[in-house]
Amino acid sequence: MSAQHLAAYTTSTGEAFQFWVLGTVAVIGALCTVFMRKAVHSALCLAGTMIVLAVFYLANGAYFLGIVQIVVYTGAIMMLFLFVVMLVGVTAADSLKETIKGQRWLALLCGIGFGVLLLAGIGNASLKEFNGTGQANANGNVEGLASLIFTKYVFAFEITGALLITAAVGAMVLTHRERTERAKTQRELSEQRIREGTYIPPLPAPGVYARHNAVDIAGLLPDGTPSELTVNKTLRARGQIRDVSTEALNDLRALEQRAEERLERRAIEPETFKRPEEASK
Amino acid sequence: MENLIAPLIAAPLLGAAVLLVGGRRLDRGGHWIGVLLSFVSFALGLVLFADLLGKGAGHRTLTQHLFSWIPVAGFQADVTFRLDQLSMTFVLLITGVGSLIHLYSVGYMAHDERRRRFFGYLNLFLAAMLLLVLADNYLLLYVGWEGVGLASFLLIGFWQHKPSAATAAKKAFLVNRVGDMGLSIAIMLMFTTFGGFAFGPLLGTHEEPGLVGGASEGKLTAIALMLLLAACGKSAQVPLQSWLGDAMEGPTPVSALIHAATMVTAGVYLIVRSGAIFNAAPDAQLAVTVVGAVTLLFGAIVGCAKDDIKKALAGSTMSQIGYMVLAAGLGPIGYVFAIMHLVTHGFFKAGLFLGAGSVMHGMNDEVDMRRYGGLRKYMPVTFVTFGLGYLAIIGFPGLSGFFSKDKIIEAAFAKGGTEGWILGGAALLGAAITAFYMTRVMLMTFFGEERWRNAPAPSPAEPSVEPAAEAGGEHAVPHPHESPKVMTIPMIVLAVGSVFGGAFFSIGDRFLNWLEPVTGHDHGDSPLSAGVITGATMVCLVVGVALAWAQYGGKPVPALAPRGSLLTRAARRDLLQDDFNHVVLVRGGEHLTRSLVYLDHSLVDGVVNGTAAGFGGLSGRLRRFQNGFARSYAVSMFGGAALLVAATLLMRAV
Amino acid sequence: MNPVNYLYLAALLFTIGATGVLVRRNAIVVFMCVELMLNACNLAFVTFSRMHGNLDGQIIAFFTMVVAAAEVVVGLAIIVSLFRTRHSASVDDASLMKL
Repeated sequence: MSAQHLAAYTTSTGEAFQFWVLGTVAVIGALCTVFMRKAVHSALCLAGTMIVLAVFYLANGAYFLGIVQIVVYTGAIMMLFLFVVMLVGVTAADSLKETIKGQRWLALLCGIGFGVLLLAGIGNASLKEFNGTGQANANGNVEGLASLIFTKYVFAFEITGALLITAAVGAMVLTHRERTERAKTQRELSEQRIREGTYIPPLPAPGVYARHNAVDIAGLLPDGTPSELTVNKTLRARGQIRDVSTEALNDLRALEQRAEERLERRAIEPETFKRPEEASK
Repeated sequence: MENLIAPLIAAPLLGAAVLLVGGRRLDRGGHWIGVLLSFVSFALGLVLFADLLGKGAGHRTLTQHLFSWIPVAGFQADVTFRLDQLSMTFVLLITGVGSLIHLYSVGYMAHDERRRRFFGYLNLFLAAMLLLVLADNYLLLYVGWEGVGLASFLLIGFWQHKPSAATAAKKAFLVNRVGDMGLSIAIMLMFTTFGGFAFGPLLGTHEEPGLVGGASEGKLTAIALMLLLAACGKSAQVPLQSWLGDAMEGPTPVSALIHAATMVTAGVYLIVRSGAIFNAAPDAQLAVTVVGAVTLLFGAIVGCAKDDIKKALAGSTMSQIGYMVLAAGLGPIGYVFAIMHLVTHGFFKAGLFLGAGSVMHGMNDEVDMRRYGGLRKYMPVTFVTFGLGYLAIIGFPGLSGFFSKDKIIEAAFAKGGTEGWILGGAALLGAAITAFYMTRVMLMTFFGEERWRNAPAPSPAEPSVEPAAEAGGEHAVPHPHESPKVMTIPMIVLAVGSVFGGAFFSIGDRFLNWLEPVTGHDHGDSPLSAGVITGATMVCLVVGVALAWAQYGGKPVPALAPRGSLLTRAARRDLLQDDFNHVVLVRGGEHLTRSLVYLDHSLVDGVVNGTAAGFGGLSGRLRRFQNGFARSYAVSMFGGAALLVAATLLMRAV
Repeated sequence: MNPVNYLYLAALLFTIGATGVLVRRNAIVVFMCVELMLNACNLAFVTFSRMHGNLDGQIIAFFTMVVAAAEVVVGLAIIVSLFRTRHSASVDDASLMKL
């Protein structure tokens, strides 16, 4: 591709191959972002899509943006997302059942319609030839961008800076909670606990009869029901507690049976067995 | 001199204000203030009368402009008084008879604890009535018209603790309202037709006709019929006659002053005053004569059947006013005689009512004539004055009724043609019936055996004896006695008036000459000579008296009313006027309003509520879109964006 | 291959992101879908830049990234404070104008 002939009709075969492979990945990533039940999975899929997009930026000659996409977008912003997801509850899966009547069908209809219209619009515009960024990037992509930002787009740049500052302050204001009263002392807190009748002594340990010591297994009460107090509240909220009560009871029964066999106690039929003192009554 | 007109009205108005506002301080002697101011008004009237007599016949009109009342660009109403011969006649009648009745009331109401208020109302009535007859335009006349209606209402219901009195007052007020509507509509029509309603420019004089001459006959007929409706309401003419009989629930002086002598003649005044309008609308005149003729027979028949002395006199009043209206409807032939009969009737009917009041006063407020009898020995003054009034009303030769009523009958025949014969015949028949029922009243009250000595216990089933139950000791035998001087003196004065009034007016055509400049006069051409008519009247008179004598003089009167013929029973029920009103107006009104209410509920409310329900349903559906879910709104946005893209593409494609 | 294919890809990603915004209830995932839409736009801008042969498209994409960063900061702060008060990150739970 010579410098005189800026216009071109096709890219290299390598780029085409890359486009079709990575484009497929990007679309799958986007679909997974939408359809994954857990927010953390969605975030990871989105990160993958963004990395693919970064590669496409690079392929399109936007070297600076490609790097920024990876470093700032995927590296910083998506991590911020992950932080918030962790804060809210990383494993809380959304129910995929739609609650608003007709919302899903309308969304699908609008989406398909909008997509078809966009694709039709692009197809309708006769974009057969393209210029490429060779000449624009002649002095280096970053230098080219910088000269534009600090000359032609300097006002927009400054205003965007102001916007960022404002956003940072705004986020602080939104999440900051003003303390309106004196913090309670430990004595006051313990008095309050006594007054409210909360559970005072240390919580009972999880696990069943020392056979299970995992924190996600509730301890069993003498009648075989699991005790709420033995497991972490957060785990319970996430639905990550394993209930082993029936299993444990079965295990116990099997153990007793084995012990009887070992001790060669035979199972005695109830109707034939009568203790002498009981029979005499 | 014209500056005296306003004080003429102001004097009784002041009396009313002082008596009604003054409070209990005036309870003891306040009534004398009312009497005094009434006489002051009468004296002022006499002064003005003397002044008018001193002027030439063509210049006897005084006007006093007091202030501009409603000064709107095209609508000018002034408070201006107009005193001419017609007004003067009324002023003298009202203040004269009124003053006498004030005096009489001092005795009659001596034991009533609300006497001060009674005199206040009487003075209020005098002021309103004077305003009515002295007003220079129809709007001011309307004020007086409503004022007398108010006073009438207050006085009929003066004994408001009696349910019958309260109901009667309400009835009178309501029926009068119908007539008042007629007057107000007439005034509105006058304003739209002529652009004004002052008497001077509207009615004109004999020499130069007023604005009336320029209007179409249709409009004049409409105005005249509305005026006739007003006159019917105020003067108790058919079909608005039903209130007068019940109005007798009021104290007797009220019946004498308002419901016999003055207020009920306001309708006649209105017709005569509006003579120019009626003259130009012959159809309306015919309607007036028909109303008059029907009422004079109607009232006379009712008067024949009533056992309540006041109600019998009320029927008589109705009948006599019927004569006046008949005369007024005859046009210039009859105007003067209508007013003349009005004045003489004012004398003798007031005298008769005062006599009746005197009788009741002596008989423990008993009103049933079947419990009277032979009273001439016990109350001689009342007997003589009542008797003179009786002779006057039946038209005994030489007494006032003879002159005035005879003239009306003559005028009715002079109308000419078939109408003249019918109207004259009705008037003659009326004269006979008048003689019958007045003789009946006279005989039952003052002659015959003394039925009050062994009065049977009243049976509640008999409507005519009901008022006796109110009298207190119905089993106590009354002790008839003559009334005090303060009551008998007015009766004597009125009796003198009823004896000599007619002759004084008629000899030398004094009254005719006096009134002619205002009302005009026309002799007409009677098919019968005056002598023949007088003879016929005398025959009728004799027949009526003879029939009454045969029934009530020759044989004893039963103390309880016999069942009587169908006509008698109907007449006792006021010829079914109330039943008619109830069936036609009350029931009809109820049905009308019910159907209108149904229409309102189903149609009007249906449309209104339907619209509201429609919008409610629509908004209920629209509300679903506003569900609060951000995602729903996002769908709308996204759909809108898709539509925009589509529109852009379409526009590019086109 | 013509670079216009990048535009088709961008349109597809944008549509997927928009649909995701509409169907997901978890506010964080909704936010991620918004980010996906922004990235699709960026891809389109970068492609336009290449097709036109100048850097203006890249500049716009750069600004978009900055604004997206600001938006994410504020948006996540809102989500956190919402979660604090409602103990839920669902956008449907905030359907009333009161707590």
